[in-house]
Amino acid sequence: MGYIARKRNRPTLIALALGIGLLLSGCSAAKIGSTSTTATGKKCGTFNLAVNGWVGYEADAAVVAYIAHKDLGCTVVKKNLTEEVSWQGFPTGEIDAILENWGHNDLKKKYIDTQKVAVSLGSDGNKGVIGWYVAPWMAQKYPDITNWQNLNKYTSMFKTSESGGKGQLLDGDPSFVTNDAALVKNLKLNFKVVYAGSETALITAFRQSQAKQTPVIGYFYEPQWFLSEVKLVKVNLPAYTTGCDAVTAKVACDYPPYPLDKIAATKFVNSGSPAATLVKNFSWTNDDQNLVASYIAKDKMTDDQAAAKWVAANPDKVKAWLAGT
Amino acid sequence: MAVLSLRPRPAVRRWLPAVVIAAWLACWPLLNGRDTLPLAGSDLTSLHRWINARWDTIDNSRSGNPFFHYFIGAIRTGLDAAVTFAQALISQPSFGRPVPVLGWLGVVAVATAIAFLYANLRMALLTAASFVAFGVLGLWQQSMDTLSITLVAVTCSLAIGIPLGIWAGVSDRFDRVVTPVLDIMQTMPTFVYLAPLTLFFLIGPASATIATMIYAIPPCIRLTSHGIREVSPATLEASTSLGATEWQSLRKVRLPLAKQAMVVGINQTMMAALSMVTIAALIDSPGLGQTVYQTLQKMDIGTAFNGGLALVIMAIMLDRVTSAASRRVERTRRAGRLRSSAYRRWKRPAALTVAAVLCYLSYTYVWAAVFPTLGDTSSYVPRAAAATSAWVQNHLAGFTGALKNLLTYGMLNPFESLLTGTPWWLALVVAVSVAALLVGFRTAAIVAVGLVLLVVLGLWQDSMVTLASTLVATFLVMVLGLFFGVWMGRSDRVDTLLRPLLDAGQTMPAFVYLVPVLGLFGATRFTAIIAAVAYAAPASIKLVAEGIRAVAPAAVEAATSAGSTVGQLIFKVQLPMARRAVTLATSQGLIYVLAMVVVGGMVGAGALGYDVVAGFSQTALRGKGLAAGVSIVVLGLMLDRVMRAVAHRVELAAHGPADRGADGGH
Amino acid sequence: MTEPTLTEPTLRNAESPPVLDVRGLWKVFGPNPGRAVRSTLSSAELKEQTGCVAAVRDVSFAVRPGEVFVVMGLSGSGKSTLVRCLTRLIEPTAGEVLLDGENIGKADARRLRELRRHRLAMVFQNFGLLPHRCVLDNVGYGLEIRGSAKAERYARAREVLELVGLTGFETYYPDQLSGGMQQRVGLARALAVDPEVLLFDEPFSALDPLIRREMQNEVIRLHHEVGKTMVFITHDLSEALKLGDRILIMRDGELVQLGTPDEVVGAPADDYVKDFVSEVPKAQVLTLRWIMRDPRPDEPLDGPELAPDVVIQDAARSVLQADRPIRVVADGKLLGLVTGTEVIETMTSGDQ
Repeated sequence: MGYIARKRNRPTLIALALGIGLLLSGCSAAKIGSTSTTATGKKCGTFNLAVNGWVGYEADAAVVAYIAHKDLGCTVVKKNLTEEVSWQGFPTGEIDAILENWGHNDLKKKYIDTQKVAVSLGSDGNKGVIGWYVAPWMAQKYPDITNWQNLNKYTSMFKTSESGGKGQLLDGDPSFVTNDAALVKNLKLNFKVVYAGSETALITAFRQSQAKQTPVIGYFYEPQWFLSEVKLVKVNLPAYTTGCDAVTAKVACDYPPYPLDKIAATKFVNSGSPAATLVKNFSWTNDDQNLVASYIAKDKMTDDQAAAKWVAANPDKVKAWLAGT
Repeated sequence: MAVLSLRPRPAVRRWLPAVVIAAWLACWPLLNGRDTLPLAGSDLTSLHRWINARWDTIDNSRSGNPFFHYFIGAIRTGLDAAVTFAQALISQPSFGRPVPVLGWLGVVAVATAIAFLYANLRMALLTAASFVAFGVLGLWQQSMDTLSITLVAVTCSLAIGIPLGIWAGVSDRFDRVVTPVLDIMQTMPTFVYLAPLTLFFLIGPASATIATMIYAIPPCIRLTSHGIREVSPATLEASTSLGATEWQSLRKVRLPLAKQAMVVGINQTMMAALSMVTIAALIDSPGLGQTVYQTLQKMDIGTAFNGGLALVIMAIMLDRVTSAASRRVERTRRAGRLRSSAYRRWKRPAALTVAAVLCYLSYTYVWAAVFPTLGDTSSYVPRAAAATSAWVQNHLAGFTGALKNLLTYGMLNPFESLLTGTPWWLALVVAVSVAALLVGFRTAAIVAVGLVLLVVLGLWQDSMVTLASTLVATFLVMVLGLFFGVWMGRSDRVDTLLRPLLDAGQTMPAFVYLVPVLGLFGATRFTAIIAAVAYAAPASIKLVAEGIRAVAPAAVEAATSAGSTVGQLIFKVQLPMARRAVTLATSQGLIYVLAMVVVGGMVGAGALGYDVVAGFSQTALRGKGLAAGVSIVVLGLMLDRVMRAVAHRVELAAHGPADRGADGGH
Repeated sequence: MTEPTLTEPTLRNAESPPVLDVRGLWKVFGPNPGRAVRSTLSSAELKEQTGCVAAVRDVSFAVRPGEVFVVMGLSGSGKSTLVRCLTRLIEPTAGEVLLDGENIGKADARRLRELRRHRLAMVFQNFGLLPHRCVLDNVGYGLEIRGSAKAERYARAREVLELVGLTGFETYYPDQLSGGMQQRVGLARALAVDPEVLLFDEPFSALDPLIRREMQNEVIRLHHEVGKTMVFITHDLSEALKLGDRILIMRDGELVQLGTPDEVVGAPADDYVKDFVSEVPKAQVLTLRWIMRDPRPDEPLDGPELAPDVVIQDAARSVLQADRPIRVVADGKLLGLVTGTEVIETMTSGDQ
């Protein structure tokens, strides 16, 4: 029936289609495989890089990814994950490296000491500070506000629709390292922790606070590009002593200084990937990070644009990082 | 007349619920703040600590445990391989090539050919346009990643869901077992099982696929089972009377007749999978979800909108093509023997040949493999969206602030303090007695069990805060649902105008509109409520509109001829006759609002939603997060049962008890 | 189209053994149905006391080969349940159904399927067609499930379709056909397996009156051509009278009367049946046998001769035209006389 007709027609059609296809492609150029990639040195392959949710980290990742791709020919896959979730990627290779780790001694114990799936690759050169901050106008107008003992005096000023009759202490992303809920409770402050949800939301709140002279007190941290735009003032909490933050629920002291470090998957480090060497060598100052972060957040550059700009201006640092790759 | 059919109740009993509530309100100032079981953000109960400890035990036994190694590990490896393979085909560099096997032209060609062969020419054009749009938006690779993992998840869901659905369709006993499980799977907010899932499968495509499947399988099972059950008993009897075995009847009668319902199931599964794949970005699912999730952190409205647009386009494309294919199932079957020979003779081979040629090109040549970068064109959408949103924020901030304060201070805060300030035992007594008086003892028992569970889980006060927000959001959903639903139901023009918006609202992942809403209302409970309303309202509006449309035209005609005004028509005829749809819209609205509780937790809702989010990202809080997740499920199931009982009650009041007297004459 | 009528004597094959023998059949719906069997309570009492409904109560009858056996009753009388009990689409609670002496109730699942596949076929009120199959595949369905090859079953299906007058509609789908045509498909499907007994469950009640009459004639024609034994369920008395060799009247699950059409009309068993048949134009059903009387002494006995089983209406013309009483004679023996008075009385009594 229709069978015979189909058989007869099909080759004609295929030939026709192929002809059109060849015509289309014949005049065009590049074939896949004929253009070689810019890889140099050792073969890199895929490099899975965790990116946590603040611009400072994004700046780290931008620069490392840019160099890994451009100079080492890696295929860099950036994965936007929260801090603790990133660690779960080490056992399976979903994550090769974390560039800016804030403490997390419990995770280090679990993944580095117990499971041995990750290793610390040392400091990334940044010094981390966490604390409670107010806008400069507030510190000027209420000089004693920078002492935690006076905070209850100002409770009513910080009331919002969300704070349930107490003062509002604005926090960032729920996944950020924070003891604020415990601090409020243990220091008997008449405040309630309210989560802004992200670093950007915190920055917006502080920026508005300064511009419109509205009272805001909140969680913030360094390194941080925004501090060069608005010089926030840190509130003094009871001084940190070693071990005072051992039990999370009982914390009643300031945050410790955080030497930020790099963590990488054991497999990744042992693989001999040049990217692992790059991560190991990577180290820069808070100012470096703040600069790149401000390119991204303030000047709205893409990660690659920001990284390219910084790399062009700092060839020596980059060269040092590439040593041994 | 209708009321008479109910057993007459003594007047006292009818007023008792009001008396109970009045007594509660009277007691409240006296007891306010006592026994409210608060739990500070950083505090844990012994239950939470116990879960933490178990969690660690499991986590640390990972290596060396044969269960993990052989069972979990095998599933993980298999799924990872499937996703990686799909990615290798269309999205990621693979097999030593700098590009995937199929470049953009090949993918467009294959997808278009599939749409052409299984749906029709129009759908083929839509498909081609959609795929090109992904490239034009500058999101080709992300879109292909999303598509890969969606396809793997959908394939696995169907492979499991269809057989289970058939089983549930054939066996009443299995149906009774599986239905409550599906209820739980659908009530449970997706976030709740992300953390436990990563405990077993860690993060990555495997976890993301499983999370997606948990969300996407229920519609497949339900619709398959429904299709099998819907087959007319008369047809089956005829088959039996001719001596068919059960198996023959299943294969030759039930399955063919259920085919269309099954295709609808595939469609629903795809939609569910697509929406879940976005959220699975949190556990390292690749694709557009990453793009959108990242923008939530940066509050980058332009990029968020861009990614969201790609997702909406993908959702609409998949929806329309599978819907068209399901209609086509019917026609192809009919064409069957008569199918135009033209189809066989040239359409199919032609489509396949063209696709094959284009695939070859995209395999071989760079121009057909890598979507051309369009520079400024692809940043047009984000820029326009950002500009629009900036304008809105600048010009509407005063208005939105006032709206937020009005609803927060006028409605949410008083209600919340009523619920949270009440001693838990008083709340229990009030809720149980009102349920017993208004609905019945069974429902009262369910309420009692639910509330006690909330107490046991250690998150009573957070549950009350969440409950307050949920009820306020549901109220707003129903205000919108009734207003727009009635309007749509009564006017075809409004319907055509609103429907695409509602479709987009339903398919748009929540992350996308959270960003602008956050800009307008800040990180507040109100933002969470708005997000929940935006998510839930489209479904409710559609249900109400359908209910209004379904009102018998004869009744409307009769009422009009009796001289009713439009208002009388709506309130005395159309709404009462559509009350079933309205109750359904309410309970659906409630479930949808609850599904957003956790997402709300990311943008300032606090309470249970925050507990889950925090539990997901802070090791110390994961026990509490799990307890919060269970609390949400308990709240959801409890509210759902109460709503169903009320709906049943409303039906009874309207129609009297269903008379199911056995008809001896068959 | 002229209406064919059954010309054979009503007591056809009276002496041969029954094809279908039903003995003491009960079907009780409700909790613990066995308890209600052999109960003598009225249905209301039964419902009250046991919560059960007896759809079929102690029904016995025998269907003879080649007979059209009609079961008639109002809706709810249990007739549809009864016919389903015959092929165990509904499991009887008590009693026996013998098909050619084989107890169907004792058959295991496999044997029961065999019986259904080869010996009993059913035509349904709502047709029960498979909407996803074309006419040819619907008709061939019974053959398909018993495993016959495609070519063979299509050949047979075409043959049967020709028999029911549907040639040319093979590739149509059920919803493209009118109700009457759909039921012809249902009929063809039942005939295709060449069963011994055809069961009809109110097959024509969903059709409009004109089509219904056409289909009734079709059944009569088929009965002539293929000569199957038929059990025919209906709630329509005129249909019962038209088709039935014998009629079983049911009420509340019980057998009220079992007899030939003229017995039912001429000698209703009780007020229920009487009420039922009161509207029937008796002249069309009853034969001369029912109105003949003994000759009076003064009457002439030389009038025209007619047989006793001539229907009154057919005899009317001759009776009224004759100037002497008609003699009803069988086997040369004078049974009685009929005059215009009796005929007119019968013909007008239906209109009261």
